Amino acid sequence: MTAVAAPMVPAGGCVRLSGVAVRLGGRTVWSDVDLDVEPGELVVVLGPNGAGKTTLLRVLLGMVAPHGGTVSVLGRPPGAAGCSVDYLPQRRPAAAETRIRARDVIALGVDGHRWGMPLPFGRGHRDRVDRVVDAAARTGVTDLLDRPVAELSGGELQRVLIAQAMTRRPRLLLLDEPLAGLDLTAQGAVAALLRRLCRTDGIAVVLVSHDVNPFLGDGPGGAPDRVVYVAAGHAATGPPEEVLTGARLSRLYGSPVEVLRSASGRLVVVGAGG
Amino acid sequence: MVHALQAGTVVAVLAPVLGWFVVLRGQTFAAHTLGVVAFPGAAAAVFAGLPAVAGYYASTVTGAVALSRFRGGRRAGTDEPTAVGIVHVAALAGGFVLSRLYDGMLPQTTALLFGSFLGISAGQVRVTLVTAVVVLAVLAAIWRPLVLATLDPELARSRGLRVAVLDVAVLLLVAVVVAVTSGIAGALLIGTLLVTPAAAAHRLTARAAVGIPVAVLVAVVVTWASLVLAFVSDVPPGFYLAALAFGAFGSAVLADRVRSVAAAR
Repeated sequence: MTAVAAPMVPAGGCVRLSGVAVRLGGRTVWSDVDLDVEPGELVVVLGPNGAGKTTLLRVLLGMVAPHGGTVSVLGRPPGAAGCSVDYLPQRRPAAAETRIRARDVIALGVDGHRWGMPLPFGRGHRDRVDRVVDAAARTGVTDLLDRPVAELSGGELQRVLIAQAMTRRPRLLLLDEPLAGLDLTAQGAVAALLRRLCRTDGIAVVLVSHDVNPFLGDGPGGAPDRVVYVAAGHAATGPPEEVLTGARLSRLYGSPVEVLRSASGRLVVVGAGG
Repeated sequence: MVHALQAGTVVAVLAPVLGWFVVLRGQTFAAHTLGVVAFPGAAAAVFAGLPAVAGYYASTVTGAVALSRFRGGRRAGTDEPTAVGIVHVAALAGGFVLSRLYDGMLPQTTALLFGSFLGISAGQVRVTLVTAVVVLAVLAAIWRPLVLATLDPELARSRGLRVAVLDVAVLLLVAVVVAVTSGIAGALLIGTLLVTPAAAAHRLTARAAVGIPVAVLVAVVVTWASLVLAFVSDVPPGFYLAALAFGAFGSAVLADRVRSVAAAR
C-alpha cells in the first residue's frame, strides 16, 4: 500500500482572498470578501440561494475572474495549482445513472483527463490500482468497489466521488453541496469523512452547503474552523460561534435576523430575506 | 458472399465497440436517428446522380454535428430526445419523398433501408476495414476523457477537458460507422449492430473489459448467421439481424433476471 505523503505547508496558506469582488451578468454578486484557509481546516460556505456561494468556489478554481482584490490558491493564481486542487461539483443525474463500476469511477481520478485507454497491465495499471485501493480505504468504500455506481445510494456515491478526488492527493478540496439529497445518516457519514480527511490528512476543505448543522455535530474534529456566510452582496467570515449570531447576520443582511438553537442543538437562521 | 462475410465481420467488430459508449451515454436514440438520416442523404445523392455513399456521409455527418448540440439537455433549449425525435421523423419523410420523386420508388430503397449483400466489392471491404481501424484508433485515443465526460461533464470541464468537442466527436464516429455499415445492414436497422449487442452486454456487466468482447461476440455470431440465412432464403439480411440481435438481447435480460433472483436467495 502506498504511503500518503504529508502535504507541505504552502507559503501563504491554502487560500487567501482579500477584498475580492465578483460581477456576473452586469451586477455585483458580492464584494469586499476576505478569507484565509490554512491546511487541515474545514470551511463551510453558507447563505441563501442565489447569494453567490458556488461563485466563490468558481473563483477559487479560476473559472470565474474576480473584479478586484487578490486571490491566491496554494500560493498561486487560481486555476494554476493543477491537481493539488480538486473539485466535486453538485451531483448531477448523469453520474448516478451511468453503468460503470465504482472502482472505474475512482480510477478516473488518477488519469481520466489523459488521452488514451487504460491498459489492464503494466506499471501504470498497478500504480492506478494501488491508488484506487488506497483512496477507497481512506474513504471507507472498499466493499463498494465492484458495484456499478447506478446501484449505489446517494451517500455511497458521494463517498465514491470523494475517493475519486482523493486519488489526486489534493491539498485543497472544494465541494459544492456535498450533502444535497442525502438522508440524515448519510449526511453525517459524509460530513464525518470530510472532517477526518482534514484532521488526519491535512487537506483544506472548502465546501458550500445550505445547512451547517451536519458539520456541527459532536463527531471527530468538531465544528468547522470557519464559516463564510454570503448574503446581500457581502460575506461574514469567522469562527461559527462568531458569525452564526443574530447580531452578526443582522448586520450582514441589513435587517433583523435571529439565530435560534433548537432543543436538539440545531441552528436555524430566522428572518433572513432569502 | 465472401465479401459480404468479410465486410460484415469488420462491421460486427467495429459497431459494438462504439456501441458500448453509445449505450453508456444514453445516446442510442440519436445513433439510430443518424441511421435514419442516412436514408434521405443517400436518396438525394442517387437522385442527383451521385454515389449513395456520398449522400450517406454528407447527411450523417451533418446530422451528428446538429444533434450533438442538444447534449446539454433542456439548457440547450430543447432536450435531446425531443430534438432527435423531430429529426428522425423529418428524415424518414424526406427520404420517402425523395425516393418517390424518382419515377416512383427507387429500386434501391429497400437496399438502402434494409441492406443487401449483393455487389459488395473487394474495394468496399478494404474501405470498410480501413474505416474501422481509423474509428477504433480515434476511440482508443479519446477513451478516458470520454468516460470522464460521460460520467460528470462539469467535473471534466473543471479538469480542462473540452466536453463539447468530445460530444461532437462521439456522434461523428457514429455517423462514420453508420455510413460504412449501411451498405450491409441498411440504414434503418443500424441499431441492430451498433446498439443491441452492446445493450445486451451492458445488462450482463459494467466492466468494459468484459462487456465489449461479449458485445463483439454477439454481433459477429448474429452477423454470420444473418448473412447465411439471407443467402439461402433470399430475404434481406437486415431482417435476420434485427430478429437475432433482439433474441440475444432478450436472452441477456433473462440471464440478468435469473442472476438477480439467484443472488437474492
